[in-house]
Amino acid sequence: MRYYSNTYKVFQVFNYIFIGLLSLACIMPLVHILAVSLSSRDAATANIVNFIPIDFTLAAYKETLGNDNFLRALWIGVQRTVLGTVLSIGITMMAAYSLSKENYRFRGRNIYSWYFIVIMLFNGGLIPTYLVVSNTGLMDTIWALVVPTAVNVWNMILMLNFFRNLPPELEEAALIDGAGHFRTLFSIFIPVSMPSVATILLFTMVMHWNSWFDGIIYMTKIQDYPLASFLHTIVVKENFSEVGVDLAALNQISNRTVKSSQIFIGALPILLVYPFLQKYFVKGIVMGSVKG
Amino acid sequence: MSNPTVAADTLKRQPKRSRFKSYIRKTWPLHVLLLPAVVIAFIYNYIPIMGIVIAFKDYKPWLGLGGSPWVGLDHFRYLFEYPDGMQIIRNTLIIAFAKIVTQMFIPVIFALLLNEIRIKWFKRTAQTFVYLPHFLSWVILGGIFVDILSIRGGIVNRFLGMFGIDPISFLSNGDWFRVTVVVSDAWKDFGFSAIIFLAAIAATSPSLYEAAEIDGANRWQQVIHVTLPAITPIFIVVATLSLGRVLDAGFDQIFNLYNPLVYNKGDIIDTFVYRVGLLGSQYSFATAIGFFKSIIGFIMIVISYRLAYKLANYRIF
Repeated sequence: MRYYSNTYKVFQVFNYIFIGLLSLACIMPLVHILAVSLSSRDAATANIVNFIPIDFTLAAYKETLGNDNFLRALWIGVQRTVLGTVLSIGITMMAAYSLSKENYRFRGRNIYSWYFIVIMLFNGGLIPTYLVVSNTGLMDTIWALVVPTAVNVWNMILMLNFFRNLPPELEEAALIDGAGHFRTLFSIFIPVSMPSVATILLFTMVMHWNSWFDGIIYMTKIQDYPLASFLHTIVVKENFSEVGVDLAALNQISNRTVKSSQIFIGALPILLVYPFLQKYFVKGIVMGSVKG
Repeated sequence: MSNPTVAADTLKRQPKRSRFKSYIRKTWPLHVLLLPAVVIAFIYNYIPIMGIVIAFKDYKPWLGLGGSPWVGLDHFRYLFEYPDGMQIIRNTLIIAFAKIVTQMFIPVIFALLLNEIRIKWFKRTAQTFVYLPHFLSWVILGGIFVDILSIRGGIVNRFLGMFGIDPISFLSNGDWFRVTVVVSDAWKDFGFSAIIFLAAIAATSPSLYEAAEIDGANRWQQVIHVTLPAITPIFIVVATLSLGRVLDAGFDQIFNLYNPLVYNKGDIIDTFVYRVGLLGSQYSFATAIGFFKSIIGFIMIVISYRLAYKLANYRIF
């Protein structure tokens, strides 16, 4: 039995209370928003809702999910996330496969490596990137949201390190059986690296779902906004007249409850993938940053 | 399997043209697999980098890049002569510096305190909760903060009211806005930033603690003499690398929280670039400001890498 001094025991009591409160402080704002979104309009307007819904009702969610503008933005957000993730992961894995070859088997590999390291270190900034996107004719199309960010050098490095750690016999066996590079990549490498592909997949999905700024600058019409950009406009700017929520409906349901429901729906996909994310990110970060 | 020396020998003996042919024949799939990434990186990363040249021109879309006249460093000079120029730089520095300091110390303290928690499920639950805000975007969090910090019955002001504190205008008073920005940024990321310190603590050899205990050190002395030295190198690395962010006050966050009432104390370089450059269509001026920011950031990163190497023997490359 270990001996602890009395001072340490007192400290422990306060430490548990402090860590407990701090942890709650991290999720309470979200709980509050959820409670408001499930409360009646009157309770929300009277500012009496704390962390438990008062006069429980789903009216705000009915209103939100009955709003065509919101549904369209939600759909564009989903499309953008799926398309962007598939595109980015595909391009990244193909490049990572080539870069994972040793120098003597793929001369010129170093040139490619430096080519990608440069874009990790430098970027043109907001305006030049915007001008290129608009000059390549991507404005107002979903491609503006997925193509410019498709090459992710960090993911490429993670992936190529994973490919390198695969047993070389795997590739040799494929080669002897007559598989070329394409077949080795798509039938052998990708299936066996599913766990690490899953990690990168989840992070790319979260990144796409959360991106809002590119939607605002590359889409000129609000009807083309993905959900995150749409939420920025209505929730943060409270720009109701522009997005077509009719004023009669506003009188029936406090816009605070509707707004809260929209925020919560926006956060929901992240909350759903969070348990899976947490499983991976601790390991990933530690591997990447603490060397040796 | 190809043996490197044998392969090199056969290559040497062949005439030049067929050597090239054989290289292409062997490696063309690898080049093809790289092609999409190379093309996209060229168009959307390399061309914008070259596009920085418009910072030295007076770029007008109808004149094109070649037709726009050169103006040298005029735009850079204009930044410092601009009425709000110095104020914006000052805002950026103050907010970024406050964030760097809070993000340096709070995660360390949190990691040390969390390390004293012995009950497994309590520790795991606490970690699950504190990492969560990191994954929510500032659009979502901006919406939440605007609601809970509201001066008219926001839950935070109601809570403060229980202690007899008058409602505080967190988002419409310039000074409070800065405090809000720094605190909410710390709230969002302190848990996630603590992971690296928790990992360093977990990697400390238990035999060091045992030795300290045998020598009569109590818990507090163990923290001072074992845990702290164990995380010092990684702390120095984190601290020096954060110097590169000295002009990064957090565009996503401020853009979602600010309003014209707090432009005076809350407007930063990035939000200014957006308003002037894209909304005001002053492409060259905004590019110049952005470039100015990147150069300062780059210099700070180079300095901090050298510091990190000197102080903690840490190399990224």
